[in-house]
Amino acid sequence: MRKSTLALAAGLLIAGAASALAENSEADFKAAYAAAEAANKQAASLHNQWTTTAAALATAKKAADGGNFDQAVAGSKEAEALAKASIYQAESEKDAWKALEIH
Amino acid sequence: MRSAIHLASAALALAMLSLGAAQVAAAADTPDPAADAKAFQKFFTDKFPKVKLDDFVNGPYSMNEDMHRQWEEKEQFPPYDFSLDLGKEMFAKPFKNGKSYADCFPNQGIGIRQNYPVFDEKEGKVVTLELALNRCREANGEAPFSYVKDDMAALTAYMAFTSRGKPFDIKIPSDPRALEAYENGKRYFYTRRGQLNFSCASCHVQNPGERIRAEVLAPALGILNAMPIYRSEWGGMGTISRRFTTCNSQIRGVPLEPQSDEYRDLEYYLSYVSNGLPISGPGARP
Repeated sequence: MRKSTLALAAGLLIAGAASALAENSEADFKAAYAAAEAANKQAASLHNQWTTTAAALATAKKAADGGNFDQAVAGSKEAEALAKASIYQAESEKDAWKALEIH
Repeated sequence: MRSAIHLASAALALAMLSLGAAQVAAAADTPDPAADAKAFQKFFTDKFPKVKLDDFVNGPYSMNEDMHRQWEEKEQFPPYDFSLDLGKEMFAKPFKNGKSYADCFPNQGIGIRQNYPVFDEKEGKVVTLELALNRCREANGEAPFSYVKDDMAALTAYMAFTSRGKPFDIKIPSDPRALEAYENGKRYFYTRRGQLNFSCASCHVQNPGERIRAEVLAPALGILNAMPIYRSEWGGMGTISRRFTTCNSQIRGVPLEPQSDEYRDLEYYLSYVSNGLPISGPGARP
């Protein structure tokens, strides 16, 4: 049992390292960037965009323009994570704000 | 038969009890701006028992004696004076069509700052003084001013000056849309936003008088009475629109458009809960 767990863990590590080493293509960037932009648009519809999302998107775009698609994909993923956090914030604050109110 | 009567009485009592509970719950959810304002002002006077109610309009300068002394010294040669002079001149200068700002406002625009924002029942929305000034310009064939720049700050500085000492007197008419605007403003005030996860209340209710970096945070009570303000940090004058958008950027949130519905409603709420406190604008802040 322990051996098989170890083997699985090692396998996952190797797979992870391999994917980290893999070079991203322009298509990978385009897909990651589109996902980030879509999430940021959803945040805009909730009137709750973050400045850091816009900054991460700009950095990703700049990296892609310079041909550095690994950095561009990483930047896009960061932007998507930030946008998703801003959406979560807006959704949870729909009720949570009441806890701060002075009564 | 008797047990049936008991059962019926118990059912009736239970029904009345649950009806009562439902009414209490409904009452708790029913907006009551007057009660809000009372609780809001009590919160600050309890938190700062040494600060007189009217002194909250001096923002961070009301928070401790050293800062109050600084404010008194600043008021000898106020940094907003140049803006006030400019505003007075601009206000008096007729538009190209011969009309002027005075034609757009009650009492020719003098001593009326304390009544803004107003709820316009025709439009069904809140109208701030900044918005009313730009509408006046556009109605007379002039281009609107930027809401965050010096011209608008100068005009509102002059209008605030003519209202100095007059207590905020914001009205919420008996119109469900007005109450909704007030509630939307309240929700905006308490809602956390931006990557720093701050609401307006995080700084101006939970931490007034505390430092955030080098700044002493102002209490929310009376915060708009001093607007527009000269800020040393800005090196110039700032309108209410500038204050709101800058606050949003500082917590890493993308600001809304100046005079968007949300900001208009926020101004309505914040002004209403400071009803009774005197206009002190234009002000100066560190």
